Amino acid sequence: MYNFNYHRPSSVADAAKLLSSASEGKLLAGGQTLLPTIKQRLNKPSDLIDLGGIKDLNTVKVEGGKVVIGALTRHADVAGSDAVRKAIAALASLAGAIGDPAVRNRGTIGGSLANSDPAADYPAAVLGLGATIHTNSRTIAADDYFKGLFETALNPGEIITAVSFPVPEKAGYAKFPNPASRYAMVGVFVAKGPAGVRVAVTGAGACAFRQKAMEAALAKNWSAAALDGIKTSADELNSDIHGSAEYRAHLIGVMAKRAVAAAG
Amino acid sequence: MPKVSMTVNGKAVSAEVEGRTLLVQLLRDQLGMTGTHVGCDTSQCGACVVHVDGRSVKACTMLASQAEGSQVTTIEGLAKDGKLHPMQEAFRDNHGLQCGFCTPGMIMSALELVKHKPNPSEHEVRDWLEGNLCRCTGYHNIVKSIQAGAAAMRGGK
Ligand SMILES: Cc1cc2nc3c(=O)[nH]c(=O)nc-3n(C[C@H](O)[C@H](O)[C@H](O)COP(=O)(O)OP(=O)(O)OC[C@H]3O[C@@H](n4cnc5c(N)ncnc54)[C@H](O)[C@@H]3O)c2cc1C
Ligand code: FES
Ligand code: FES
Repeated sequence: MYNFNYHRPSSVADAAKLLSSASEGKLLAGGQTLLPTIKQRLNKPSDLIDLGGIKDLNTVKVEGGKVVIGALTRHADVAGSDAVRKAIAALASLAGAIGDPAVRNRGTIGGSLANSDPAADYPAAVLGLGATIHTNSRTIAADDYFKGLFETALNPGEIITAVSFPVPEKAGYAKFPNPASRYAMVGVFVAKGPAGVRVAVTGAGACAFRQKAMEAALAKNWSAAALDGIKTSADELNSDIHGSAEYRAHLIGVMAKRAVAAAG
Repeated sequence: MPKVSMTVNGKAVSAEVEGRTLLVQLLRDQLGMTGTHVGCDTSQCGACVVHVDGRSVKACTMLASQAEGSQVTTIEGLAKDGKLHPMQEAFRDNHGLQCGFCTPGMIMSALELVKHKPNPSEHEVRDWLEGNLCRCTGYHNIVKSIQAGAAAMRGGK
């Protein structure tokens, strides 16, 4: 790894200042994506600004019909939170199936969303529940957040501080994990609640997206059977050594049905 | 160079590190504690698992600076008064290792599992070992060892 300057600010404002004054600054959260990419020299920051010293970023609150999760909350803490499990069980289970225990003990929700890996799990929940992303300068609706491959609506220097999820009536997530990495080959999050009936897909495209034909069918009849015969076009879906675009298109239908069954 | 301070296996330590120094490099190269292994250096294999503030982490995927002020436990910290920890003993009794390269990480991971699930099922053990790879054993005896170690720990042996 090339060397860099390490900083550990104690407030979001100080982190933003350090980030803007560095020549090639990067935020460091759990480091489970960033450190491996620096080792591979895909990334060569001059300065790493560690958010780990900022205390109030790792809280989980359930209030006013919303689950609000601080950006620095570890996957294991979302999975292990009784409050999250009671309000949105599908979200807790999703967090508990990311990677492996050691990754879940370090990786954070803010890091996962800022990174927006096409095969990451959280994007499906954020889009499927119609969540809101809070940053140090504004709020961004999930529908406006995911822009493309590793591309989000975040401006350079913008820091995610929290994500708020409206509590749904029903929600379910099903993922077909890549047998080696455990990232999603395809993951589908379905929900019925304040943000309407939503079906969000991860792993299949450049970034998470909604499957509107399935949403319309489930709005009429909330059952796995309602999804019979609804196809997703394989155009623009990912194709790699693990599976073709057609295979992923097929998996979307299978995972969507399992997600509806899980949601009950 | 920045200085970091932390507690490793109950002893206060401080060292000068570079920004890029990994926790595993601090442990092995600077503190001379080579029980924590580096298998892949790409966050996959779990040979480098240690506990930071009681939770298992891959020490190849954490900066030494990120552990500032933490309590770190490595495989060297488990034996007490010259007596192996019951989980270490169980790996020996159940032939849970062959070359032994993955073993420190396996044991550190297993100990966090037992904290959550004092009596883990075979499925729970296999599921928990998602991030720990073994090139020798085929896992069967590792699973047996962890269940036996958990039983010994429940028995307060
Ligand atoms: C072996 C392994 C298996 C994995 N399996 C899965 C899996 O199955 N599913 C899955 O979804 N993920 C998986 N991951 C990825 C994991 O979830 C990461 O934790 C996550 O993608 C990044 O979070 P982090 O906190 O580690 O971020 P970091 O690596 O610290 O940062 C990632 C990026 O986000 C930026 N960033 C971090 N925090 C913020 C913030 N608050 N505001 C703005 N920008 C920020 C950083 O600058 C960096 O560019 C896996 C990782 C590993 C190593
Ligand atoms: S050496 Fe850290 S995971 Fe392999
Ligand atoms: S015993 Fe050799 S790698 Fe596990």
